[in-house]
Order: sequence, then structure tokens, then C-alpha cells
Amino acid sequence: MAAGENERLNRLQPNLRKRAEVYRIARNFFEEQDFLEVETPVRVPAIAPELFIVPVPSEDWFLNTSPELHMKRLLAAGYPRLFQFCHCFRRGERGRLHNPEFTMLEWYRSGGDYRQVVNDTECIVSALAHRLHNSSHITYQGTNIDLTVPWPRITVHEAFLAGAGWDPVADPDPLRFDVDLVEKVIPRFAADRPTIIMDYPSPMASLARLKPGEPQVAERAEIFIGGLEIANAYSELIDRREQEARFINDIAEIEKVHGRKMKLPMKFLEAMDYLPECGGIALGVDRLVMLFCDAGSIDEVMPFTSDTA
Amino acid sequence: MDIENIHKNSKLLIDGIPYNVVDAEFVKPGKGRAIYRLRLQNLRDYSTLDRTYHSGEKVDEASISAHEEQFLYQERDGFVFMNTETYEQRTLPDKMIGDKKYYLKDGTLVTMLMHDDEVLDVTPPTFIDMTIAESAVSSKTDTITGQGKTATTETGLTIEVPIFIKEGDSIKVDTRTGRYVERVNKK
Repeated sequence: MAAGENERLNRLQPNLRKRAEVYRIARNFFEEQDFLEVETPVRVPAIAPELFIVPVPSEDWFLNTSPELHMKRLLAAGYPRLFQFCHCFRRGERGRLHNPEFTMLEWYRSGGDYRQVVNDTECIVSALAHRLHNSSHITYQGTNIDLTVPWPRITVHEAFLAGAGWDPVADPDPLRFDVDLVEKVIPRFAADRPTIIMDYPSPMASLARLKPGEPQVAERAEIFIGGLEIANAYSELIDRREQEARFINDIAEIEKVHGRKMKLPMKFLEAMDYLPECGGIALGVDRLVMLFCDAGSIDEVMPFTSDTA
Repeated sequence: MDIENIHKNSKLLIDGIPYNVVDAEFVKPGKGRAIYRLRLQNLRDYSTLDRTYHSGEKVDEASISAHEEQFLYQERDGFVFMNTETYEQRTLPDKMIGDKKYYLKDGTLVTMLMHDDEVLDVTPPTFIDMTIAESAVSSKTDTITGQGKTATTETGLTIEVPIFIKEGDSIKVDTRTGRYVERVNKK
């Protein structure tokens, strides 16, 4: 009903205004740091295979699940610092913190690793707090959160020993990992501070490189604020053969578990021959806006979700 | 059926008992396995059950059918309905009817939602005409809001109506929301 929709959209107006400011402040940060804003295709012929990310087909292509492969092709061509606000699509992901179409802010730094892009996130979120709330603290869902940098860092190993009582690095078990992360580990994070978990078990490396001298973990980090998973950072894997072997393994697993056939993203793999050392991170813009709007649901920070589009 | 396809108001069969999905919470680490936290209501005794499922798991859907029945009358044991095809009668307890009693007039046709031979839900028509039994007369001392006033229908439903509605008027009510739709011309 139009009247109901108008009422709903008008109620969202303060949040949508804040959302626009989040984009402006983030763009300002990237401009100061000499990043180039790019746009890569939303509809793509091949995506990175992920066991638990289901793509939306578009004819015989896909709507992208992440802009990662194309951004890395630009890095391989010599672009040193890139960022992008990008709509991504993941089938079936709908809940209080999910919409099947959502906005990712993704950026890459040549010559850097996961630590620099995590630092960038601290800078951006602090800048947002100061510009939007004139404070280093925000209140989210009744909890006062101190965003003063640096944020506490803990290894995945330590976080799981403390929260779930087992060591996912010594005994990798990706399925048990996901369940315990949600049920036991995240709920134990300090509510009043962000938490950065570092160094994922190597079977969960995805597109991150293994830690030099410590190959049982990958240089992958995740940032949580107010219980929300905000961003996922990698020291990017630049070894084409290792990446190809991981993809082949993932494609076989996807076919075995879900019966879905996927192709290797060959243009990306070819570009990897030229990919420099770099750090990259994907940040969920909708959830970041939720934090600054004190919104309990993603529905409060986007005008049209899959239920209202 | 895959857990991925379960949503609010899906009907599941767990250990032989039909449940309604009252709430379905979707939780998922970005690259990880999805977790579905369901709040389920037992459709026999209305108790609730919380269950957690993971992507890839299968659940049984409760086999559900629907047919039309006519409300006949209310008696001490509950509400009496008749199947309009077989003329079989059944009595449903007050607890099962709840606030839907406000939408039942003699002869009202309802949809019976069944799990095998068991009634799971009774749905009245989306719109139903009712007579106003009692209504505040417009005067300065009444609690009349800008748009309307409170009235009571023949079935006992308390409803917000426009000021021009009088006792004995017939109105159309949306049974999904309990809201006034329009005045109905008298025959």
C-alpha cells in the first residue's frame, strides 16, 4: 500500500541521510590517502568459488558476490590503491543482518598486508564517530562502545580457546568453526570495544596468503563491532598456482555438497602472474551504517530490501 | 525439504508433531555456514520450541490441506462448524478460536487448515460485514480522536470507526488487521 510505504520510507529518512554521510566521509578518507575509486561489473562471467556463498545466476553469468577478482585484475595492471562501493548479491541470505543484495566497501593497498587495511578501517570508523557523533564513543543497542584506536586484537586460536574451548588451528574443523564462532566465540567478545580476530586456520584461508613462518594459519582478519561482523581482511595470496589449487579444491567440494558446477575464473588467475603484494578488505557498508544509526536491523538502513523491493 | 526454504509461518513436522515457524532468525559468518534459529509453536498445545539448524539440513514439512466450513453457533464447549461438502460437524474449543470469535457470525464461511484430520487453524474471510451494536454519540465530552471514535460491533469487536458511523450501521472490517474498511449500504 502506497501510504504504508511512504510512511516507512519517511521514517527511514534520518538513517538514509546518515548513510549518505558515511559514504562522503569514507570517500574523503580514501581521497586523502590517494586511493582511486573504481567501478567493476556487477554482472560477471566467473566468480571466486565459495562453499557457503550461493551466487545469483544471470543468464549464463552471475551477479557478483564480491568485486574482489576484478579489483585484483586492476591491481595486477599496476593500479596501486583502489576502493569501490559495490552492490553484491548472495542468494538466500536474508535476516536481521542480511539482505541478498547489499553494499560492500572494498579496498586494496599494493605493498601492504592485512594489518594496514585493518588500520585503515580503524581510521575510517574513528573518523565517522567524530564527524557524525563528535565523540570516540557510540551507543549501539543500549551498549556504549569505545572506538578509540587501536582496537583489541586477538588471534583466532586464542579467541576459540577462550570461547569454545578448542583449538581450530591444531584441529581444523570448518563446520564446527562456523557454528561455534556464532554461538560461543562472538558472544564472548567485550561488548564495549571492537574486536579484531587475526590469523584464521589455513583451511579457511580463501584468498589470503599463509602466514610466513607459520603456515598453519592464514593472514586473514575479521573485525567485529557491537556483535556485528563488519569487515574481512586479507594479506592477499599472490601465488597463482596455490590459488588455482585452492579454487579447484573448492569447486570439487561445491559440486560434491551442493551439486553446483562452477568454472575457474581464468582471467583472474592469468592476472595473478602480475599481482603485487597487497592487502585488501571487504567491509559491509549496511552494517557500518547500522552501527551509526543504532539500527537493530538492516531493514532500517536501506530503503528497499528483498521484502519491499 | 531444505532448511533454506523455511520461513516464518512454514509448517514443520518434528517427531510427528506439527509446528508453525513463529520466527526464523538467519545468522551467518560472511564466508561460513548459515545457521537458522527457529522459534516453533506446537500447533497442538501452543507451547514453543527453539531449534537450531544448519545450512544443508533437511526438515519435514507437515502435510497441510484446507477446506471450507460454515460457522453454525457457539455453545458451552466451544464453536460449532459444519463441513459444507460432507455436512459433518465439529466443535472447536474457545482457545483455538481466540480473537477470531469477533469475526464469526452465524453462517460465516471459514477456511479450516488441516494436518491430516486435525484442525490447525481457522481463517475467517478477509472482509466481513458487521453491524454496529454500540457507538459513542458525537459530543464534546466523548473521547473522539481526530479521525474517529470507538465502537463495538454485533460480535463484540471493539473498533475505531469514522465519526459519521452510527449504531445499526453496517460496516466492512478487514479481519487481518481488525480495522474498519468502509460503510456498507443497507439493503
